[in-house]
Amino acid sequence: MTIFQMILLVFIIVCAIAVSFSRNLLNSVLIFMSYSLIMSIIWICLESPDLAITEAAVGAGVTTILFITTLKKIHAMGAEDKKTKTNALEVEREAEEHE
Amino acid sequence: MGANLLCNYGESVAMLLFGIGFGNLLLQSNLIKKIIGLNIMDTAIYLFLAEKGYISGRVAPIITDGVQDVNKYINPIPSGLVLTGIVVSVSVTALMLSLSIRLYRRYHTLNLDKVAMILKKEDK
Amino acid sequence: MSKLKQTQDYEKTASFKFFRWISGEKDPYIGTIEMQEQSEHQVEDDTITERMWEKQMIIDEIYDVDHNRILTKFHKLYKIAAVLFCVALTFFLLLTVSYLPRTGNAANPDNNEVAQRYIESGLQETGAVNIVSGMILTYRAFDTFGETNALFIATVCVMILLMVDEKTLEERSEARLNSGRIKDDIILQMTAKFLVPFILIFGIYVILNGQNSPGGGFSGGAILGAGLILYANAFGIKPTQRFFNEKVYRIAKVSALCMYGCIGLYYYTMGANHLADHIPNGIPGHILSGGIILPIDICVGLEVACTMYAFYALFKRGGL
Repeated sequence: MTIFQMILLVFIIVCAIAVSFSRNLLNSVLIFMSYSLIMSIIWICLESPDLAITEAAVGAGVTTILFITTLKKIHAMGAEDKKTKTNALEVEREAEEHE
Repeated sequence: MGANLLCNYGESVAMLLFGIGFGNLLLQSNLIKKIIGLNIMDTAIYLFLAEKGYISGRVAPIITDGVQDVNKYINPIPSGLVLTGIVVSVSVTALMLSLSIRLYRRYHTLNLDKVAMILKKEDK
Repeated sequence: MSKLKQTQDYEKTASFKFFRWISGEKDPYIGTIEMQEQSEHQVEDDTITERMWEKQMIIDEIYDVDHNRILTKFHKLYKIAAVLFCVALTFFLLLTVSYLPRTGNAANPDNNEVAQRYIESGLQETGAVNIVSGMILTYRAFDTFGETNALFIATVCVMILLMVDEKTLEERSEARLNSGRIKDDIILQMTAKFLVPFILIFGIYVILNGQNSPGGGFSGGAILGAGLILYANAFGIKPTQRFFNEKVYRIAKVSALCMYGCIGLYYYTMGANHLADHIPNGIPGHILSGGIILPIDICVGLEVACTMYAFYALFKRGGL
């Protein structure tokens, strides 16, 4: 049990460092979701089942959905959104030149 | 240095995570990564609190078979504190993300240095 | 005897000239200095463009971020100082952790008489088998009330920031339907049709059994909210609005918070006057046990479920 806990804790530190150093925003959010999930298993190892259920439903569920919806709104997800982002910037530049 | 650094491995991992989260908050330039750093700091503190309540060799605080001996269950109080914290953390994250959506709609960038530059030029 | 002077003689005296100079009636330059004619000030286009060009050059040099030496030095210094600060902070925290007593030790100072009281008298006083659930909803019910308030305020703030009125929402949804980009995902819909009833029933089970097994109001509410989010994501907003629109949301949220407040007020007045409460504790292990825990659990569960769904709906489309 102790070895299992230690492996999970090392995995969590690796996840946290990977979130800091990844360039793509979608990758960061997915690694953060797995960080939440492993945290939920650590709560069970520490004998608190209430915390495990709540962290699994809230951390690996709702928080990730909010992050991904935000990424969609700021046009940071996928090739289609990159086109939308460059179009918006071009329209802005043309408006500035006309003024 | 005291003697318990390697015995309390859970708590030292929690402090390392706190440092990583705080570094994210200070050093990243993208706003979404700063919010992720704040979330990492939150969960590190919850890990520390839950470790304080754990007693080795005992089970979760749910009374089975009518046994109400205090030597058979872990400490239930830190568990209650963390339960409040997890739900408040999600609402704080939601509020910060909605603020960043409004910021993006106004300035079309989420890099805080560029937003500061645009603000200064608009003031002129 | 003084004699009044004649006007002509007075005009030749020095005091007359002095007072006239002070009052400003006579311009001292006219008649004494040779003056040329003044012409109107002409503003030429060349000077205007030259001045604007100089101003633009000054602005460009100030806001030239890439080559501003002071700014780049400050950025480097800030990064180095931030890294040093984080390392120092982590070091001091680890130093403190090394002096703490061992985790898992039963003789730690924080396993004191409060935990003993909650474990030993918890079942008799609250009627709950799950000690943590019983503790946060009876012994520490006011803390939970504050947290429910914090959820409510967060939802209101997100509504202020992101909510769009009904007309704009309908125009936007019509535009998206006409552009033809929305498609129904068959895998998601089949999976949601199968899973959503189980998720909702499990959420209600966790809320109702908060005092008998692990779970409680917060966990059950989060599960209910996640089930509603899955349904809204798979089938669109119109089927969800058949049973969960803005009116239902408003009534559920406000009445849940007000009922929790009234229960808190009731206990506040009873406890302050040393009166015993009249709500029976029931048989531990059954659903209708635990006294006041079941109504508070239902209030908290409703509140959390509405909050989670409202966050998702406000982010995704700007309205419920």
